[in-house]
Amino acid sequence: MNTIFYITAAVAIISSLLAITNKNPIHALLYLILSLLSISVIFYTLGAPFIAALEVIVYAGAIMVLFIFVVMMLNVGLQEEQENKWLTPQMFLIPSILAAALLVLFVIALKDFHFEKHPAIVVGPKEVGISLFTTYLIAVELSAILLLAGIVGAYHLGKQKKKVIHRFLVKQPRIKK
Amino acid sequence: MLFNRVIPRRGIALLGVGSVALSALITIIAGIKFLSIPPAGGAYTTTIYTWLSTGGFTADIAFRMDALTLVFCFVITFVGALIHLYSVEFMKDDDGFARFFAYMNLFVSSMLILVLSNNLLLLYLGWEGVGLCSYLLIGFWYKDPANDYAARKAFIVTRIGDTFMIVGLFLLVITFGTLNIDTLLRQAPLVWSSGSPVAVIAALLLLGGALGKSAQLPLQTWLPDAMAGPSPVSALIHAATMVTAGVYLIARLNVLFILAPEVLAAIAIIGAATLLIAGFSALTQHDLKRVLAYSTISQIGYMFLALGVGAWSAAIFHFMIHAFFKALLFLGAGSIILLLHEEHDMHKMGGLRKKMPIVFLTFLIGGASLSALPLITAGFYSKDQILWFSLASGIGSKWLWLAGIAGALLTSLYTFRMIFLVFFGEAKTEPKHQPGPLMTIPLIILAALSLIGGFIELPHNLGPVHLFSRLLEPVFPALILSESHAPEWIIQVISALIAIGGIYLAYLLFNKKTLSSNVIEKSRLSHFFYQGWGFDWLYNKLFVLPLVWLSQIDKKDFIDKFYSSLAHAVNYSGTLLSRTQNGKLRWYVMVMVAGLILLLTIMLNL
Amino acid sequence: MTVPMETQILFAGVLFLIGLVGLLVRRNIIFMLMSIELMLNSAAMVFVMGGAHWGHADGQVMFIFILTVSAAEVSVGLALILQMYHHYRTLDADSMRKLKDHKANENL
Repeated sequence: MNTIFYITAAVAIISSLLAITNKNPIHALLYLILSLLSISVIFYTLGAPFIAALEVIVYAGAIMVLFIFVVMMLNVGLQEEQENKWLTPQMFLIPSILAAALLVLFVIALKDFHFEKHPAIVVGPKEVGISLFTTYLIAVELSAILLLAGIVGAYHLGKQKKKVIHRFLVKQPRIKK
Repeated sequence: MLFNRVIPRRGIALLGVGSVALSALITIIAGIKFLSIPPAGGAYTTTIYTWLSTGGFTADIAFRMDALTLVFCFVITFVGALIHLYSVEFMKDDDGFARFFAYMNLFVSSMLILVLSNNLLLLYLGWEGVGLCSYLLIGFWYKDPANDYAARKAFIVTRIGDTFMIVGLFLLVITFGTLNIDTLLRQAPLVWSSGSPVAVIAALLLLGGALGKSAQLPLQTWLPDAMAGPSPVSALIHAATMVTAGVYLIARLNVLFILAPEVLAAIAIIGAATLLIAGFSALTQHDLKRVLAYSTISQIGYMFLALGVGAWSAAIFHFMIHAFFKALLFLGAGSIILLLHEEHDMHKMGGLRKKMPIVFLTFLIGGASLSALPLITAGFYSKDQILWFSLASGIGSKWLWLAGIAGALLTSLYTFRMIFLVFFGEAKTEPKHQPGPLMTIPLIILAALSLIGGFIELPHNLGPVHLFSRLLEPVFPALILSESHAPEWIIQVISALIAIGGIYLAYLLFNKKTLSSNVIEKSRLSHFFYQGWGFDWLYNKLFVLPLVWLSQIDKKDFIDKFYSSLAHAVNYSGTLLSRTQNGKLRWYVMVMVAGLILLLTIMLNL
Repeated sequence: MTVPMETQILFAGVLFLIGLVGLLVRRNIIFMLMSIELMLNSAAMVFVMGGAHWGHADGQVMFIFILTVSAAEVSVGLALILQMYHHYRTLDADSMRKLKDHKANENL
């Protein structure tokens, strides 16, 4: 179990790194999906099968696909030169320093905690479902409203003033005889 | 002033002159009452209300009239009323007619407050008031910047004296806890022994104030320039009243000065030195009014000399007589200048004896009184008394007397030089017309007083008339004569001979031109005297130029810049910080992360 | 034996930092949104790890809610990106600078 955790953790980290340093948006998204899939495996090893499935279905399956749809709709293209210009190695300097500093702080903070070792317990969908619909019912309703707000907002914001008509649908001007 | 256009000229004149004339009348009535029924304690007192009362120190608006104050009030109001009458005609063509009378009345009221107050704080109020009015009136024709300069100079130089005086007042308050004059004079001998350092310092400081106002050494430089004002102003302020405020102060606080004999000696020496210096300077002037200005400085030097040797009533007597003839001379000079189309230079005048006879006669009488022509003029009696006491007093000396005699020679010399240049010889400028009655009547009255005013106080060997000194006896301590001195009549004869000799010498030099006066007039020494013995030059180099240089350096106000640099620093740091708001999302995230790191560091107690 | 808790949380932290670096480094706004998703995911992962440690379902419930929020946020964010692209014809995050302090940043 532990080896699976470490291997998938390595995969997740490497694919995340590749995702953020890629110049092609589609490639980067695919790497991100890979990362999410490996995280799902980690969830499974942790004893949360329901969440593992949910991660794949919702996160990798819906949200990332939404990303890909938007990228394709924008029709941005490869943008190789632009990304080359923007993504220089010098750019990584200060963020890396900050990230390293935060990492050090994490490590220091974690040192003082002493966690007891528990045996792995599998928390199945049944417990999750019961917990969701009894203890956290209000939160479920609220998140439903949130999703509604998201839908309405996305629809409204996605509207364009300018009607973009596909070029095949534009009326050709009649040639006067 | 408010009603400048509303009330016609006549009304303003009536109001202005009438108020002072009313004061004169009241003074005369009060004086008659005072003389006939002397009040208890030697003075009338009135308290109006308590001005301030803080921390144990009280000062009231209260007035006290004793014999000394009575004399001063009489001179101020009477001579003042005559001068106001004169000014109605003198200023009749001027736009600032109403303003002039407003200022003059303010001056008379301030001077009266000065002499009538019973505590030194109210006196200081009057002191400052007359200083202010002097400034306003010297710079009366303010459109000419030279007049403004003269006014500022007068104010600043007297201000130096005033500062000394206020420090002296502080010292008195600290020592005695009150500024009430009666209390001070009673307490001073009990608290201070004669010659104690505190007394000397207090007396010196008060003397500083007196020197400033009375234009004595070393603060005498403002008076000749103050002649930029109209002649009635010169007559009232700079001859009769304001410049004698210093004399009043010293006379009033005589007990304090007696307790500091070194200061008294200093007063006498300053008086002697001033009268000589001013006398020499008066001899070389061209401007008619400047001769009279230096003459005033010289005569007040005589008064200081008298005060310094302890001849208090002689000083006050000379003050009164001097007020009469000096005001007369100034008014006469004013009418000459006015009617000669604003001509000030004596060498351009001449032969006015026949052209303006009344002015000539009155001027002659005034000049004779100034020169102390023996027996007939009042000036003889007053000046002779001073000369006698300078020799004969217990604290007098023959050097002071010699200075006084030399000064008398100079006085008659420059006075008659003035008269010969202006009234004799051939006419170089024609007068416009004869002066009207409003100008000549005051001249005549003052001339009469210059002649007969002396007869109320005759010297011991000439007669038993001692009205004036009897009047002032309760106010002043008695004068102690020294043990051995020459008999009085020798002194009188010497001074009479000097006076007549001076007139004859002037006659030879300036009328008959027997002795050559050109050599004297153009020599370097005469130029030195003309410049007022270089005092102006000295003060310019010592004080004015360094201050101007300092203010040039401070042109950008670098001291203020130090304080405003704090504000600039804050402003600058604000500008710097607002550069961080550059609208870039990634920048904001980075700053957030940096803040997070900082917070975590602090939270983890690193 | 399960993996020690520190390692798990550290792993989630590393993923979070990678997402952070991605957010700071990339200028294209799509990539920035991607990095934000990564960060959200790693934060949610910590919840799951905590829930698994104690054997409760609360961690997984929290993960569901975070997922919901993330979904809503992504849809709205992508709609905004669409608008941005249609108006400004660029996906440059640095060009959206109209809310800057104009007086101090005239030349930047």
